Amino acid sequence: MVQLLAPDGSRGQDPRFDAYAQALSPETLRGFYRDMALARRFDQEATALQRQGELALWVPAIGQEAAQVGSARAGASQDYFFPTYREHAIAMIRGIGPEKLLKLFRGVSHGGWNPKEHGFHLYTLVLAAQTLHAVGYAMGIQRDQAKSAQAGADSGSQQEPAAVIAYFGDGASSEGDVHESMVFAASFKAPVVFFCQNNQWAISVPFEVQSKVPLANRAAGYGFPGIRVDGNDVLAVHAVTSWALEQARADAGPVLIEAVTYRLGAHTTADDPTKYRGSAEEQLWAGRDPLPRLEKLLRAEGSADDEFFAQLTADGEALATSVRAAVLAMEMPDIRSSFAHVYAEQHPLVAEELAWWEQYEAGFESEGVQK
Amino acid sequence: MSTLTIAKAINEGLRRVLEDDPDTLLMGEDIGDLGGVYRVTEGLKAEFGADRVVDTPLAESGIVGTAVGLALRGYKPVCEIQFDGFVFPGFNQITTQLAKIHARSEGQLSAGVVIRIPYGGGIGSIEHHSESPEALFAHTAGLRIITPSNPHDAYWMIQEAVACPDPVIVFEPKRRYWLKGEVDTGSPGRGAFEAQVLREGNDATLVAYGPLVPVALAAAEAAAQDGGSIEVIDLRSLSPVDFDTVNASVQKTGRLLIAHEAPTFGGLGGEIAARISERSFYSLQSPVIRVGGFHLPYPVARVEEHYLPDIDRVLEAFDRAMAY
Repeated sequence: MVQLLAPDGSRGQDPRFDAYAQALSPETLRGFYRDMALARRFDQEATALQRQGELALWVPAIGQEAAQVGSARAGASQDYFFPTYREHAIAMIRGIGPEKLLKLFRGVSHGGWNPKEHGFHLYTLVLAAQTLHAVGYAMGIQRDQAKSAQAGADSGSQQEPAAVIAYFGDGASSEGDVHESMVFAASFKAPVVFFCQNNQWAISVPFEVQSKVPLANRAAGYGFPGIRVDGNDVLAVHAVTSWALEQARADAGPVLIEAVTYRLGAHTTADDPTKYRGSAEEQLWAGRDPLPRLEKLLRAEGSADDEFFAQLTADGEALATSVRAAVLAMEMPDIRSSFAHVYAEQHPLVAEELAWWEQYEAGFESEGVQK
Repeated sequence: MSTLTIAKAINEGLRRVLEDDPDTLLMGEDIGDLGGVYRVTEGLKAEFGADRVVDTPLAESGIVGTAVGLALRGYKPVCEIQFDGFVFPGFNQITTQLAKIHARSEGQLSAGVVIRIPYGGGIGSIEHHSESPEALFAHTAGLRIITPSNPHDAYWMIQEAVACPDPVIVFEPKRRYWLKGEVDTGSPGRGAFEAQVLREGNDATLVAYGPLVPVALAAAEAAAQDGGSIEVIDLRSLSPVDFDTVNASVQKTGRLLIAHEAPTFGGLGGEIAARISERSFYSLQSPVIRVGGFHLPYPVARVEEHYLPDIDRVLEAFDRAMAY
């Protein structure tokens, strides 16, 4: 397992990936910490909002910040991300603010943002479905590159190489779509990085029920590299993801990354982890928390001081306040908007049913009936 | 004008879309060198190359799911699912993903994927090769579903499916692949999502689609010899259904029969019966009668002739309707 930052905050060694970690400036490392700390504060606020009945559901990602920030910060603007439904830190890095990210959980949208604008697809609730979309999208990038190479030979300019990251969890790894996506990716040498956040639990079912071998081992069966990385080590995650994306962009084919991490909270606000896992395990993983780990490094290397952390705490509180305000200010949708986008072109049945509903509603108004 | 089989007409239609738009591609199992198990894509790989006519791994969810991703990137994939009964591994991608992308993204994303599915029985095959699962898809908002019954429609409807920004499933009546007919390559005539009155009549309206259209026309001809007058409508589009054309006909004839191969329970026939009953209750002189498959898994080939609606079953329904 690749580790470049131990839980005690000391730097580790790995000849394949050291160079990536060494190249990171103190400012970049502070940025990683900032991303993780703000994501966690955001998450805490969303959990509170759900408890207060302001969100229909929340999917906490606390504990997985290093896996998310490390991988997302390895991506370039031209890369495209396909998330599952827990990639909140990644969404924030891709520029999606809480007023968009929380629409799904508030129950005012099935989406919330324009994926094309952020290079970040909509959350996908059907497990693993997005891994196939990611591979198809990557096959599209391949075609674009071929067209661009052709055009570039004439004009002298070429499109910047791009890659795709497909996120999924250890539970989703049991779904057939993950298998099919890896078969397609290997067969067509698609520029895609499969990024599994193995957080140990698929709701209440432990990882051992999903797989008897480390997930990274499965890549060999498809014929591409698999890397197991300490998912709570932001340096290692950033390094392996940077390498994998470079491979993909350089037309060397797909890579599978298994980030070994842990969700410190519940699967969603609807479940209760005390019913299925022990506190000893939770304490063990709390000791591997990605945030204190990086804090220790930053302090040991003199890259951040008390003032930095105090400022970040204040920034987190300001973010929490804005998250709360954004949720409460969300505009309630009109049912007409649900009719509006079922089809791109008019569909007579949708039009007929909307017309019926309009008339039905108008009946209440004209009779002055209180609804 | 040229005379083509339905299979060749689809082949020509696909050739045109591949010629017209470099971003279209065909994807499916065995569609390349083999030209598809029904040879519908024959010759296209040789003409357009392996990048445009893509032999995929044998994985229906993979075919549809990667097509969704290609469409999100701006490509226009036309997927072939080899047989009706094998679409189900791809059912999740079609119904939970493809159908909903436009709605979930509030119109910001489209996935105009086309899925071709040879369907229906009557070819003496073994299980999973003769099914009619169209109602399962018609029930899903976000999909459009069409089914040609003749070469002219086959040639044009596949092109309209590709031109449509919404996902379209084209159910191809496989036992009619070798049916010949004239194709006017200069003009489509009517739109893919409209029904068509194929034969005028006064006593009853008979709605059919896909493989049963020739059966319906033959039944109307047989009825005419006994003095009965049946108006035959080829539905052509199963989502949306052109209720206006059906309704106008029923208001004229006063009776409605619907024939399809799929089991009657929960099938398209029930939907058409309910909507037309609601719209034209006072025009109906008899109950709407459905002629379709039984509530069985598609039976073994040696008895399928008893399962498939034929001329006699349609005429029996006509007699029942006329007895009211």
